[in-house]
Amino acid sequence: MTASAMTLHASPWQRRWARFRRNRTALAGLCVLIGLIMFSLAAFPLEAFLGIDANNADLLSRFDPPSATNWLGHDELGRDVLIRLMYGGQVSLAVGFAATFLGAVIGISIGLAAGYFGGRVDALLMRFTDGIIALPLLPLLIVLAAIDLTKLGFSTDFARSGAASFYRIVLIIALIDWTRIARLVRASTLSIREREFVLAARVSGAGTIRILLRSVLPNVIAPIIVACSQVLGSVILFEAVLSFLGFGIVPPTPSWGNMLNNAQELVATAPLLAIYPGLFIFTTVIAVNFIGDGLQDAFDPRAE
Amino acid sequence: MRSNRLESEPGPSRLASPLALEVDGLSVDFSSHEGNKRVVDGVSYAIARGQTLGVVGESGCGKSMTALALLGLVPKQGCVTGRISVSGQGLSEIAIDEWPEIRGKRIAMVFQEPMTALNPAMRIGDQIAEVLHLHEGLSWKEARERAVEELRLVGIPSPAERANAYPHQLSGGMRQRVVIAMALACRPDVLIADEPTTALDVTIQAQILELMQRLQDEIGMAVQFISHNLAVVSEIADDVIVMYAGQIVERASADELFSNPLHPYTQGLIATLPKIENRQDELPVIPGMVPRLDGTLKGCRFAGRCVKADSECHALIPVLRSISPGHDVACHKVRP
Repeated sequence: MTASAMTLHASPWQRRWARFRRNRTALAGLCVLIGLIMFSLAAFPLEAFLGIDANNADLLSRFDPPSATNWLGHDELGRDVLIRLMYGGQVSLAVGFAATFLGAVIGISIGLAAGYFGGRVDALLMRFTDGIIALPLLPLLIVLAAIDLTKLGFSTDFARSGAASFYRIVLIIALIDWTRIARLVRASTLSIREREFVLAARVSGAGTIRILLRSVLPNVIAPIIVACSQVLGSVILFEAVLSFLGFGIVPPTPSWGNMLNNAQELVATAPLLAIYPGLFIFTTVIAVNFIGDGLQDAFDPRAE
Repeated sequence: MRSNRLESEPGPSRLASPLALEVDGLSVDFSSHEGNKRVVDGVSYAIARGQTLGVVGESGCGKSMTALALLGLVPKQGCVTGRISVSGQGLSEIAIDEWPEIRGKRIAMVFQEPMTALNPAMRIGDQIAEVLHLHEGLSWKEARERAVEELRLVGIPSPAERANAYPHQLSGGMRQRVVIAMALACRPDVLIADEPTTALDVTIQAQILELMQRLQDEIGMAVQFISHNLAVVSEIADDVIVMYAGQIVERASADELFSNPLHPYTQGLIATLPKIENRQDELPVIPGMVPRLDGTLKGCRFAGRCVKADSECHALIPVLRSISPGHDVACHKVRP
């Protein structure tokens, strides 16, 4: 396809991207987020390059100042702060994206079903959603996080591993954060299903699943994406809160949240250990919120 | 309730009947706590292959509900009775899961609003290809190529490039052409056109009507043309039925109906048309409103608005009877 044909028949996505690009703050937010992801992934090469092991505690070099091999110095157990921040970033961002994605999948399925089928299905699913929203969140999460996985039939090795705490926190957050997306999808679906092209699709012989996936979902995707970006920010913050309370990612696996937790007793002696992860959480959430605002404008149908 | 009479391939039975569509005693009832409402009442008609039937009547007279019944798309609360057959094949008793096989392949529909009848999130070529992919068993690539051909058929300039366009990038007339291409992609036996030109301006209307007539000649389908625009119907239809409050009140060939309307309602409808030769300050109107369609109504449904109505009209339901060959009227006041 030629360049002119591309602009002539620009897909909605191309036009949205063009609008998003014009928003400076949102673009800056996106650059910062990509930068943070790359920073986190740089842990592997940098660890090899500097020849250090971030999980290796060295009590003789506790609170060592920055040096040629340990660019941000050592923490209270003599581990390299920079590499741990990078690994922590991997965990925190992965939790954020995974929990948001999982929540979106649940929310979209429930919202589509409720909005499209209406009637009893709608009433049932939405009362269920209301129920989830009405649950006292923090106590519930603390209880869920305290469940002993070995009693659920998982092996002791798995239950103690970092992976278990990762999956657990992703699942817990996803089980909570889908409600917002479900309500949004339901509302959009209600208006889309009355549009003539949905009837036209039925008239041309499309089945329910095909109509949901091809006619309804592409037309409700815009508010979903905007909502996901906002959910992502709150999920990263939430992971930090849970880890700070000690119910999230279990040390020695680092996350920005549990690094902050570790640093709290040392705030007077080594304030930087708290400031670094705090700053990263702060930057990530701000960047994600800027992106969310930009997406909101880019997807606004009135801007078409 | 599964019927084996359904065939996916055109068999001999499909060609045996010259009638593309037969509707016999079709009724649609809606029950609610307020009682039963019969919005389509005992409608019978047939359309031969290659012919066009105009269906006229004011809003709420059951035109569109009749069309939805033909497609098995009457809302869940509604109850459809009567017999419908397409090319001699009964549709009334087919199972719900077989309807998608019929829709789009045997009966297709063109909608009033080309602005909303296309999915705004899909390229038009993909929308047409999807119908072909669903019904003709074509691979996606073949279907996409056929879609371009279909766009060429409905007169879209540079169709290969236009197939990549999104609906909002086309004008209203172009969009209606796409809707027609989508409806005709599988060469249906029957095309239902529900006010296909109402949302278009007059020059585009003429183009779309001409296109529909050309395609009808090429494909040989029957067209059920629903409209409240009498001028358009007189232009395109071979036969016309006039519906009032869910019933057929008059049926005749288009020429006969417009030159010699017999039912007071038809006469009223034709009188409301503005005429260029004698300018009037005020157009005539039919006084009153369409009656409530609950069980309390007795006699002729038009009686309350009819100047000729007498006690007989308020007491007895008129039946559709032949006044002259090919001209049926349901009115006590019209005698052969």
